[in-house]
Amino acid sequence: MSESSPPAGSSSRPSYYHHHDLGRFGEIARGAPALAEKFFDYYAAVFAEGALSAREKSLIALAVAHTVQCPYCIDAYSKDALEKGSNLDEMTEAVHVAAAIRGGASLVHGVQMLNHVDDLGM
Amino acid sequence: MSRVLPTLAKARAPLASAVAQRRVLARVPLARGFDRALADAGLFPLSTRQIEVLQLNLGKRCNQTCGHCHVDAGPDRTEVMSRPVLEAALAFLERGGIPTVDITGGAPELHPDFRELVTRASGLGRHVMHRCNLTAILLPNYADIPALLAAHAVEVVASLPYFQARETDRQRGEGVFAESLEALRRLNRLGYGQGRGLVLNLVTNPVGTFLPGEQRALEARWKQQMQARYGIVFDRLFTITNMPISRFLDFLERQGRTEEYLGRLVAAFNPAAAAGVMCRTTLSVGWDGTLYDCDFNQMLELPVSAPAPRTIFDATREALEGRGIATGPHCYGCTAGAGSSCGGAIA
Repeated sequence: MSESSPPAGSSSRPSYYHHHDLGRFGEIARGAPALAEKFFDYYAAVFAEGALSAREKSLIALAVAHTVQCPYCIDAYSKDALEKGSNLDEMTEAVHVAAAIRGGASLVHGVQMLNHVDDLGM
Repeated sequence: MSRVLPTLAKARAPLASAVAQRRVLARVPLARGFDRALADAGLFPLSTRQIEVLQLNLGKRCNQTCGHCHVDAGPDRTEVMSRPVLEAALAFLERGGIPTVDITGGAPELHPDFRELVTRASGLGRHVMHRCNLTAILLPNYADIPALLAAHAVEVVASLPYFQARETDRQRGEGVFAESLEALRRLNRLGYGQGRGLVLNLVTNPVGTFLPGEQRALEARWKQQMQARYGIVFDRLFTITNMPISRFLDFLERQGRTEEYLGRLVAAFNPAAAAGVMCRTTLSVGWDGTLYDCDFNQMLELPVSAPAPRTIFDATREALEGRGIATGPHCYGCTAGAGSSCGGAIA
């Protein structure tokens, strides 16, 4: 790969997001290391095999990643979902679940609009 | 099958050369060299133990040209194991008392002496394994192979990257998945994979530049899916990491992702997997009789290190056991995550 990571602390970054930064997530422990440790321990526990399988959790994470529109998370969980054995159909359906909830959240507020229209009307 | 691509060799691609592959790998900057990783794990220098498996690569001929093939096998390859090499391998199998013979290729059943090899190795009381691409046994001149395998209780290790056509065909060629199902059904009808002594194991490798998942979890899902969708049963699922050599290296280079992929393998180095790598208990024999530590080293033309005997004609257990193993950056492919071997995950 010819592209290299911009130096840490550089003020000449081409954009706010850079995919190399995903691999630097752990550096967040530079400040408040105890909190970072708690977070990463918690994170690992959340994604461990449990009542839900690790594969199912990975698909949920992929859907949430699209809802919060986090490019790091989409990168990480696209890869993770494939590694957990999920396929494109399942991953796409997960993204549609995110889209449906997100779209539905807007649309269901239309009931509030109806309430206002009803209140304001004759 | 409608898609059979030319091999790297046929296309005269630069990475058809083992030397060129080694050069590309050597140029990739790694956070830690493989020998350094071994040393940090207390495993340097890596050496062999008792030989438990004699792996015979019968040649590079294959009816498929899979996108990840570490052999660069295909219909246009002509390298096949000669009769004298085959005889020497059988003689070593017998006098060395090696318990298992693992037959690979290419598609090894395309070798004219495959049937005889299976029969004689089985006659010596050895456990025989056949690495099967599933489609070669459907070819008209090879339709007798499944019954032969069953008659000698040969363990079949069959490649199938995924339980759907889209993924499988993208890696192995249009129509391969449907043919693979037909072959698996034939094997099931002969009693394979039914838990009655005829062992049918599947091998999955990622269709892309990601690492394989946890073998046990994948196996449970695959068993459920293969049974529910296709009525097919099997014994074990083995996960294998794509090795960054030959055609997969060519793919990585074309994608500009060699460094990224190697980086992932290096970051996932697992000392437990390194301790159990299959090269420690395997002796690999090339089509021309040259000895290697594994099939991957064979394709990179990295023979066993001196002073071990270099060919099957000179092989003795005493001279080969305890030898130092030839390593390189590609070895990270077998030690990443849960590890990878011809028998699947290691750790």
